[in-house]
Amino acid sequence: MTDTTTTPVDRARASDLGPFARFLKATELDVRMLGMVSALVIIWVGLHILSGGLFLTPRNLWNLSVQSASVAIMATGMVLVIVTRNIDLSVGSILGFCGMVMGVMQAQWLPQVFGIPLGSPWLWILALCSGLLVGAAIGALHGYVIAYMGVPAFIVTLGGLLIWRGGAWWLTSGQTVAPMDETYRLMGGGPQGSIGATWSWIVGLIACVGVVWMLRSDRVQRQRFHFPLRPLWAEAFLGAVACAVILGAVWIANSYGWPIGIVRRYMQENAIVPPEGGLFIAHGIAIPVLMAIAVGIVMTFLTRRTRFGRYVFAIGGNPEAAALAGIATRWVTMKIFMLMGLLAAVGAAISSARLNASTNALGTLDELLVIAAAVIGGTSLAGGAGTVLGAMLGALLMQSLQSGMVLLGIDTPLQNIIVGFVLVLAVWLDTMYRKRV
Amino acid sequence: MVPLAPTPEVPLVEMRDISIAFGGIRAVDDASIDLYPGEVVALLGHNGAGKSTLIKILSGAYKRDTGTILVNGEEVAINSPRDAKKYGIETIYQTLALADNVDAAANLFLGRELMTSWGTLDDVAMEAEARKVMGRLNPRFQRFKDPVARLSGGQRQSVAIARAILFNARILIMDEPTAALGPQETAQVGELVKQLKSEGIGIFLISHDIHDVFDLADRVCVMKNGQVVGTAKTTEVTQDEVLGMIILGKCPPGAIPGPGAMKAAA
Repeated sequence: MTDTTTTPVDRARASDLGPFARFLKATELDVRMLGMVSALVIIWVGLHILSGGLFLTPRNLWNLSVQSASVAIMATGMVLVIVTRNIDLSVGSILGFCGMVMGVMQAQWLPQVFGIPLGSPWLWILALCSGLLVGAAIGALHGYVIAYMGVPAFIVTLGGLLIWRGGAWWLTSGQTVAPMDETYRLMGGGPQGSIGATWSWIVGLIACVGVVWMLRSDRVQRQRFHFPLRPLWAEAFLGAVACAVILGAVWIANSYGWPIGIVRRYMQENAIVPPEGGLFIAHGIAIPVLMAIAVGIVMTFLTRRTRFGRYVFAIGGNPEAAALAGIATRWVTMKIFMLMGLLAAVGAAISSARLNASTNALGTLDELLVIAAAVIGGTSLAGGAGTVLGAMLGALLMQSLQSGMVLLGIDTPLQNIIVGFVLVLAVWLDTMYRKRV
Repeated sequence: MVPLAPTPEVPLVEMRDISIAFGGIRAVDDASIDLYPGEVVALLGHNGAGKSTLIKILSGAYKRDTGTILVNGEEVAINSPRDAKKYGIETIYQTLALADNVDAAANLFLGRELMTSWGTLDDVAMEAEARKVMGRLNPRFQRFKDPVARLSGGQRQSVAIARAILFNARILIMDEPTAALGPQETAQVGELVKQLKSEGIGIFLISHDIHDVFDLADRVCVMKNGQVVGTAKTTEVTQDEVLGMIILGKCPPGAIPGPGAMKAAA
């Protein structure tokens, strides 16, 4: 009975749509996300032209991916924080403190106090684990004060911003800790911290298979319950675009070769006779980028497929309703801040490994980049809306602007002015879009 | 053990001498109320008379200061919404209490999600169940993918009602269920109440509309200033007498007076 009365209505509506709207309906693509991707493409092409062809090169894009990794990882956590109508101003300071903990652990405490010899794999494992643990513990503390003691998140994390930055200084009395463990440094990227051409292709192919498998299993599920299906051409189109993007990214990463000096040293060490025209060794995907992608996948899974994620969004949409539905809203809030602390610690590992040092200024002002990335990526400060993928794209967009302006040789004060302007503009556009829908 | 089919002599739910105070104000003062299977009891009173507060104690949203709650004659501990749901007490709140940013199925199963064997959300199964229950309540409803913020008032109301009946409620609390509805939808809710009643579900109905109440309820319970003025069968009192209870706190002869009844000179 239900089908006969409603289907004609739906069909009439479908025929009113223009070709683009029909395409969107068939593919079920998010218009917001398409808008963000086009903004990114416009910025990239614009910077490429303005910089005289310096921006869209394998080298710059590869660097861009590494530079974005840390902020992108933290932005995925910030999405959950902002979705529940909270804010975390302390992520930069947590990053600094955790970076310091990891640095001091591997360079001083573990070798000197516990007698673990330099070069032992335990050094980087224990340093990394202790940093992650400290990050989660700091987040748990913040979350407890916010959720159970009722202090607003803005104040708690503003306090945290000062406390953990001060704490990072206090750990070593302001001294910089260097160098880092050899293996630990792989998390920072660079020629060694990349997986090379072959493995990059393997990862790319696995990702493609994953995309196709997900599209297929989704379709099978819908068929099982007789839900409306996407047209086959739309499925094929989505799969083809996703695979093209993945393989294209791998191809770019593999087009960026090691610098000549490092190749020469590598050939000497391994007694390789240089072939005609020099030896080309591809970077491939950088390890920090792989970490960011892994975090992105885990966080997307967490938000879309688990109870925890469902509760996060329900709390953001209507905290009172969530509580009346029997959700332990305080415990969920505390868990969100724990997760945020943990992700800040992952960011700390990448940042300190990349710098090959822990300084007490590590991650200064990162909180603003992270919040900006999440907000540009479509996370609503009013709560209840936001996606992990959007936030990661937001991080990439912010980093593109910044490194693009460096390429153009724009003065630092002007860079800040432009970034601030873009942030306000992006959120204004988003507000307009939301009003219309 | 809670018996599955209680005899009519045992109330489905009984609240005895319930009190709760907010910052010195006794919102509910020594109130007692009961409900039998297949019965509709209407709670009446002015704004601030304590009806919603009393009912929120039963649904677990507030914790009472004193008093006992019995379900099927046995004392139960209701300290959270989850506890109430465990005893088959479901509530349709006046505000509907929907998470506006998620879809109908997610709202229906909020806090009680169906999971796959992998421990992940089984959205497909939840949508299938949602389609079933919504088909029963509101056959024209098709917007299962939209966040409920985009739905009309009546559609949102049917989502809230569907959530309450989805889990085989035995005690249903309806707080102003028709306040936001047009005449046709109000009639639909009336039909639903009669149908649920015939299935043996007990219903507490909070309403401002005295005509509604006389149509649907078996008994009325009037509150004033946090106290129960009196309880009466709708067949034994007139609408004017009930209005007198609400406005003046005067208990007519056909009603059983409560602690809040006006001490008449006569």
